[in-house]
Amino acid sequence: MTDPTRVLIVDDHAMFRAGVRAELSGRREIDVVAEAEDVETAVAAVREHRPDVVLLDVHLPGGGGVEVMRQSREPEVKYLALSVSDAAEDVIGTIRGGARGYVTKTITGDELVRAIARVRDGDAVFSPRLAGFVLDAFAGSIDVAAVDEDLDRLTDREREVMRLIARGYAYKEVAKELFISIKTVETHMSNVLRKLQLSSRHELTRWANDRRLL
Amino acid sequence: MSTTTPHEIRRATRDTQQLIIGGVASGLARHLGLPVVWVRAAFLVASVLGGVGIAYYAGLWLLLPTDSRFASDAPGLASATRTGKRPRTGRRITDVGPAVALAALGIGLLFAVEAVVGQGAVFWPLMIGLGGIALLWRQADEAQRERWLDSTGRLDPVRAIFGSGGWASYARVAAGLVLIVVALGLFSVRKGSFSVAGEVLVAALLGIVGLAIVIGPWVHRLAADLASERAERVRSQERADMAAHLHDSVLQTLALIQKNSGDSATVSKLARAQERDLRSWLYDDPAPADTTLIGELKSIGAEADEAHGVVVDVVSVGDAVLTEQLRPLVLATREAVNNAARHAGTARVDVYAEVSARRAEVFVRDRGQGFDPGTIATDRQGVRGSIIDRMQRHGGTAEVRTAPGEGTEVRLSMPISQEENHD
Repeated sequence: MTDPTRVLIVDDHAMFRAGVRAELSGRREIDVVAEAEDVETAVAAVREHRPDVVLLDVHLPGGGGVEVMRQSREPEVKYLALSVSDAAEDVIGTIRGGARGYVTKTITGDELVRAIARVRDGDAVFSPRLAGFVLDAFAGSIDVAAVDEDLDRLTDREREVMRLIARGYAYKEVAKELFISIKTVETHMSNVLRKLQLSSRHELTRWANDRRLL
Repeated sequence: MSTTTPHEIRRATRDTQQLIIGGVASGLARHLGLPVVWVRAAFLVASVLGGVGIAYYAGLWLLLPTDSRFASDAPGLASATRTGKRPRTGRRITDVGPAVALAALGIGLLFAVEAVVGQGAVFWPLMIGLGGIALLWRQADEAQRERWLDSTGRLDPVRAIFGSGGWASYARVAAGLVLIVVALGLFSVRKGSFSVAGEVLVAALLGIVGLAIVIGPWVHRLAADLASERAERVRSQERADMAAHLHDSVLQTLALIQKNSGDSATVSKLARAQERDLRSWLYDDPAPADTTLIGELKSIGAEADEAHGVVVDVVSVGDAVLTEQLRPLVLATREAVNNAARHAGTARVDVYAEVSARRAEVFVRDRGQGFDPGTIATDRQGVRGSIIDRMQRHGGTAEVRTAPGEGTEVRLSMPISQEENHD
């Protein structure tokens, strides 16, 4: 792919937008096409520019980043959540809302560029923290009569991959550790992402709230 | 994880997120751990069989507190919610389907029962009256929820009834009142065979009862609100103190950063320490740090960061109360983290902890220079004594995986005995 990835930055802090833009502007493979500061402008910008990847803040005036994904309805556009919030609820909520990955704002420029490329190619981006949340969310034994059994649990392999990611392994290292190809690792990650988004376990939505009370 | 967190008293609450009428059924289902459809079905069946279900439902509605008490979110999240930066959790459409089906079934059964028994005389006024009361109580709920979100703190009688208004609240109150009046009217018409005096008496009595029913929920909840409001005042004062402390510390940090602006290492260390401080206050669970395993691991990470200027990212799944049994695991982790921070020559250490009912595992990983385990002198305490031997002495295991240029990973595992957990 020779065309630069067209990126839209959505964040309500102008200073942060400027910082990300400055960090990305020096790179040939990225083209920042627009910025937006709230749900309304973000939806308009997504419709107007049809970016490849939207860097989406989780906390956004007008209903949060989830609202942007819900309202813009552009199936081609991929979202990468970028937030200062580590709250499990927000992270899982955003992923379930359709984001292909989640990174915190302290991510370095190089890592961000790699994450953007990965999301553009349709792969999932899991930070160690997100992997931890996923393991937590799928941890409980499943007593509830599940509508779709397969979607409501992780396979052993997927669990293994998630654990390695949570331990700080890069995709390449995960592949080496499990004697599988990077492509296979990416497939596992995409499957986990899909399960997270489609799983019908009703606990999953409540999990973040209730996990201290169970 | 389920078996390892400290016990809290669980109270049943009404569910204000996934409610159909008053959230009693879904709240009860959550409390009892049953599928919500079962509970709803049980209420409906009980309602058909002589109306016991309706009585139970109404009673529970009156007595159960709502779950939308003052949200105990961390302040950053609570603030983001208030300012509309997070999605509001609304009712999900999928939940309505079964409820509609159940309602249709219930109404059908009601007709069937009526056709067989032929109790129309009392039945319809009763149903209409109950519908009216349900609407009014529902509005009392809305108004109460508004009051929780209202920061002005004054209790305005109009607001107490209508909340912040809106056609839905007015319609609910009006429709509720109309339904009750219609029910009373129907009732007295059916009872027209009584003497006029008796009719007036009945009407007056019904009026009083109706009034009590209408006002009852508000009075009851008002009393409950007042008690919680007092608690909240105490808490918000604590928060204000905390916020003042934090702002103060941010100012100090900014001052230090200005002074050290030439020294990038110091600046980034200061910024990171402050970031950690703020982040944990804004977004973390307000769990006390030193009483749980994860809390302790996080403070180890913070210590190492301050001492060596290395980012220590602690990711956890589950948690456990920090017992004596887990202490060696904590100490070994501290040693491993400090080793990585001192010797690996990298700016980042990943700590991953997984606590299940049976064991606690901690992985400490860095992408630094690594070392050849064979070349470590036997008299060096670090790895052998503080990590491997310590873990083995206390019934755990430790494994160090490393090679020059490959980074290092220390894997620690400690079994958790069940008896110690359940006290």
